[in-house]
Amino acid sequence: MALSELAGGFADALTVTNLLFALIGVVLGTAVGVLPGIGPAMTVALLLPVTYSLEPTSAFIMFAGIYYGGMYGGSTTSILLNTPGESSSIMTALEGNKMAKSGRGAAALATAAIGSFVAGTIATLLLALVAPTVVDLAIGITPADYFALAVLAFVAVATVLGSSPLRGLASLGVGLYLGLVGTDVLTGQERFTLGIPQLSDGIDVVVVAVALFAVGEALYVASRLRRGPVQVMQASGRYLTRSDLRRSVGPWLRGTAFGFPLGALPAGGAEIPTFLSYATERKLTKHPEEFGKGAIEGVAGPEAANNAAAAGVLVPLLTLGLPTSATAAIILAAFQGYGIQPGPTLLTTESSLVWTLIASLLIGNLMLLVLNLPLAGVWVKLLRIPRPYLYAGILMFASLGSYAVNADPLDLVLLLVIGLLGFAMRRFGWPVAPAVIGLILGPVAETNLRRALAIGDGDLGVLVDTWFSRVLLVLALLALVVPIVLRAVRGRRATPEELQEGSGLRHREPAAATHEGRGEQ
Amino acid sequence: MTGPDRVVVVGYVPTPRGEAALAHGIDEARRRGARLVVVNSSLGDALVDEEYVQGAAERRLRSELTASGVPAELRQPVGRDVADALGAAADDTGAELVVIGLRRRSPVGKLVTGSAAQRVLLSVDCPVLAVKAPPGREEGPPAEGL
Repeated sequence: MALSELAGGFADALTVTNLLFALIGVVLGTAVGVLPGIGPAMTVALLLPVTYSLEPTSAFIMFAGIYYGGMYGGSTTSILLNTPGESSSIMTALEGNKMAKSGRGAAALATAAIGSFVAGTIATLLLALVAPTVVDLAIGITPADYFALAVLAFVAVATVLGSSPLRGLASLGVGLYLGLVGTDVLTGQERFTLGIPQLSDGIDVVVVAVALFAVGEALYVASRLRRGPVQVMQASGRYLTRSDLRRSVGPWLRGTAFGFPLGALPAGGAEIPTFLSYATERKLTKHPEEFGKGAIEGVAGPEAANNAAAAGVLVPLLTLGLPTSATAAIILAAFQGYGIQPGPTLLTTESSLVWTLIASLLIGNLMLLVLNLPLAGVWVKLLRIPRPYLYAGILMFASLGSYAVNADPLDLVLLLVIGLLGFAMRRFGWPVAPAVIGLILGPVAETNLRRALAIGDGDLGVLVDTWFSRVLLVLALLALVVPIVLRAVRGRRATPEELQEGSGLRHREPAAATHEGRGEQ
Repeated sequence: MTGPDRVVVVGYVPTPRGEAALAHGIDEARRRGARLVVVNSSLGDALVDEEYVQGAAERRLRSELTASGVPAELRQPVGRDVADALGAAADDTGAELVVIGLRRRSPVGKLVTGSAAQRVLLSVDCPVLAVKAPPGREEGPPAEGL
């Protein structure tokens, strides 16, 4: 029974050590969520080498805290600065910043924080309830089925997110290629090692992830260092009024309903549910005149959706070992680092780890509410750190972490080369997430493919032997073809980024006659 | 630029010492029959710079300048250090006086972080008037809020 096991998880989570790691996780997560360009994926990647010396339970509690915290932190900058810290917070900025400008910043922050809490709690409980069921369904999964699942995740992540399916697929290809480097496990052949002996073990995931996220981002920021500072709104006005609360409850619940299942799907991530939630609230609202001018529904819905999605992403990760977002992929790499392969057996073999993790998520969620509601102003102060200091620190951590993995100077060279690749990807608008998912899920998918082919004596027909794999492969094909057809038929689809720019939301407003709630406190 | 050829440059920040510099700058410009060039710059290396006036604070500053009756212009260069920005504005306009605000610093604090005021004093060619915030309104760390 899930609930009794969850109670056991609480007993383990409420130790001083685990509470401390949950606190470290949510504080770090909020901080990186606030800082634009630095997200939970980069942070977890930077911390991977540090945690190899930790207990797995403590490490995963911290990582999950970072993941949830990032979702909270992103909303603060979206609302007060109109600078979404994370792509999943872009929709929040649309209405949230308008609310702050008209002196309702505190209400916007409150509905975001409470909505995140409500959604995070419901979705985490759903995770606890759904996970055992999914495991029961997944226990009979064949290697061919798993391969089909991975193919669907690859294609969906590459084509559905981002502005261009082609760029997503190209990025996926980069990741899959980097994942191939090393010795083939079955035949012992060396692949793409360029005769360099150190490469026969493959390129360490830490090095690639840190290079793509941290070094790539640092170089990209350095390439456009001098930009005008943005205007910070006061978190002014009252926290939720009765009518604010009444208008927020529906969007919170609907946002959760979008976020959790969509986060759990292979094309996971939080962008699409926030987008859908915003569009829905805009249609359902009784105050359509307020949309575009600071409607509280437009903050409550997307914020609930992105937190629910974060919990949803954990469903395929913990039950199938299938990462559907960049952060989940890196958490999967952390599992592999401990020699744990997430999958249908995880819930039985590492039962206490999983339930402690889920209990910690609920505790961390409460911590985040306490941390974020009164302290929004403190988090914004982080943004006064000059970028050169910030990124110098990140680069130092990146180099230290990459070197620490194998104590091999070659890793530093790889870090720089792949970092340049990460810079080029950002420069030319290639999404980074498909590359990371390709890198980490690629070898797992390959193992399953080879196993399936071995079972079927090399007959490719084995891949479409079960209905499950047939359906998944058809879905993958659709995920590949439909966006391209839609583009041909309807023209380009607007991404959330473009929506934000297109609707006249700029970082610095010209001297418009919006009044600020400075004198109203 | 229209207005008189004589120019007084003021380095402005939205803090008591900046307000003091602005008040003295307005007095000086009025006495000399000069126009005022108010410089509020940001190095632009952090996402948030509370000494760079925007939005309501900028409107307040502009209306204060209008109310003073002295012909004034606000310049907000981004990407240069304060001393460079003030020096450039002074050279550019042939200013006869630069007014800056000072804050009290401990010798150790100055040793650690250096001093923008000192760089202005050493690098600007024309006379520099350095004023402090009125007693009782002195600052520690940069002001909170906006």
